[in-house]
Amino acid sequence: MIKKIKQGAFYGSIGLLAFLVMISLLSIMGYILFNGVGHINLEFLTKEPRSMGREGGIFSVIIGTLILTLFSVLIATPIGVAAAIFFTEYSAGKKWVGPIRFFTEILAGIPSIIFGLFGFAFFVIFLGLGWSILSGGLTLAIMILPTLIRATEESLKTVPMSYREGSLSLGATKLQTITRVIIPSCLPGILTGIILGVGRAIGETAAVMLTAGSNLRMPTSLLDSTRTMSVHLYTLASEGISLEKTFATASLLIIIVLIINTAANAITSKYIIKS
Amino acid sequence: MKAYEKIVEKLIIVCAIISTISVVLITVFIFRSGLPILMNYGVIDFIFGTNWSPTNGNYGILPLIAGTLSVTLGALIIGVPMGIASAIILSEILPGKVARVFKSAIELLAGIPSVVYGFFGLIVLVPAIRTFILPIVQLVVPKATTTGFSIFAGAIILAIMILPTIVSISENSIKAVPREFREASLALGANKMETIVRVIIPAAKSGIIASIILGMGRAIGETMAVILITGNMPKIPGGPLDSVATLTGTIAMEMGYADATHQQALFAVGIILFMIIMLLNAIAQISAHGLRGNN
Repeated sequence: MIKKIKQGAFYGSIGLLAFLVMISLLSIMGYILFNGVGHINLEFLTKEPRSMGREGGIFSVIIGTLILTLFSVLIATPIGVAAAIFFTEYSAGKKWVGPIRFFTEILAGIPSIIFGLFGFAFFVIFLGLGWSILSGGLTLAIMILPTLIRATEESLKTVPMSYREGSLSLGATKLQTITRVIIPSCLPGILTGIILGVGRAIGETAAVMLTAGSNLRMPTSLLDSTRTMSVHLYTLASEGISLEKTFATASLLIIIVLIINTAANAITSKYIIKS
Repeated sequence: MKAYEKIVEKLIIVCAIISTISVVLITVFIFRSGLPILMNYGVIDFIFGTNWSPTNGNYGILPLIAGTLSVTLGALIIGVPMGIASAIILSEILPGKVARVFKSAIELLAGIPSVVYGFFGLIVLVPAIRTFILPIVQLVVPKATTTGFSIFAGAIILAIMILPTIVSISENSIKAVPREFREASLALGANKMETIVRVIIPAAKSGIIASIILGMGRAIGETMAVILITGNMPKIPGGPLDSVATLTGTIAMEMGYADATHQQALFAVGIILFMIIMLLNAIAQISAHGLRGNN
């Protein structure tokens, strides 16, 4: 009898706690989408912001976000993929791999405000790039590097040894094996990494604010300061500029996150689980 | 091997080392910018000084440390039971399909930008604490007051934000417990609950501890959510409904308008933050490696 009560209390309490987790997710997303989706319209997406974002749309902010994200992903992807190839294909027998791997793990754990401080001291001041897409993009590229390395490495690990052996026994060199056999068979994994990196770059605020600034005007060069959607959301929320636009911006961010997660999951379940 | 293959191989090695170079550069530039004031002002005065008012030249960060610690502690008190319960449910109780839905919900939590959490806290939690929680607290402590911008609000939001870290790492370590452990426990007549509490959780202990430490690191390093909801008052808090300023929040808030010395002081705050996070990461890595050794 006592055992039954104990069991009931145990399952009841962990069930309740897990239920609370679901409720938190649903209430955060539901509340913001419910209040914000109605304010996302053609004008909001295609018009420039007026009077600090109180009126008009967020077109220049969307473009700023796109350019900054694209720039950081373009830089981080080749480096991340190459680093992952090194860890899985070239690292055997090299003693100094341990520390390199350790520092890659460390990089993943550094908080974004530290990246912001570093980007400010190094790119903005030391290299003299100022608050710009260049400074922000390079800072973000370093930030998303661990995500890319990890995702690529996971998918490189799923490529069967027999592929490598088959290719090498046909007379292909190691590099040919990597570029013609291994990379094509793990493209979905690399793509997942890129998508997750994009998600991280779009959602990042603290690091971007200190390195790319928060200029609302449409950027015309890589040396211009720009404002991303996350930074815009922070400015709107902290200065109480317009509740309507704040909800709309937050909703747009959540919708992008939903699309990104769905895409990453779809790729994972379609290609990676099957292989 | 052809010459260009050797060149490509070298390039690949260079790419692999970029992470390491970045960590070194980050360390160098944070320290370079913050150390001078840390030395001039005195490390002890800086860390244990109770007055943070940069405009008057007072750079004591004890209130900021207290703010960060109190919000983090609150987040762990709320988030750890939720996270471990979710990990148990995911790996031991829910059938495959339902578990996948639950897991993707938790991944979604990880994808939401921190500033969105902050906005939700600002618009929902802060007013809710002011209008619903405060009257309840006043029944016990009649003199209690709060604006709603508080440790409590920050702790709730951070608890939700660190869930994905705690759940995914705990779940992995629970799944890594060998099947024989479960079978042996059940064969000895233990029921499922006893197996979970007495066998599986102790066996997965080091992974669960690592997940809590990494979650703690995330909570300490989080910036945009806490900045919007903890009130940014640099004073040592007296209770969970008080406003606090955190290490991260202060850097992000004040960097925009700080003069040269003030900026240096913010970099020095960054040094302290950096060292706390490095320490936690090192502990977590040791704990996780201990797990691999056990299995």
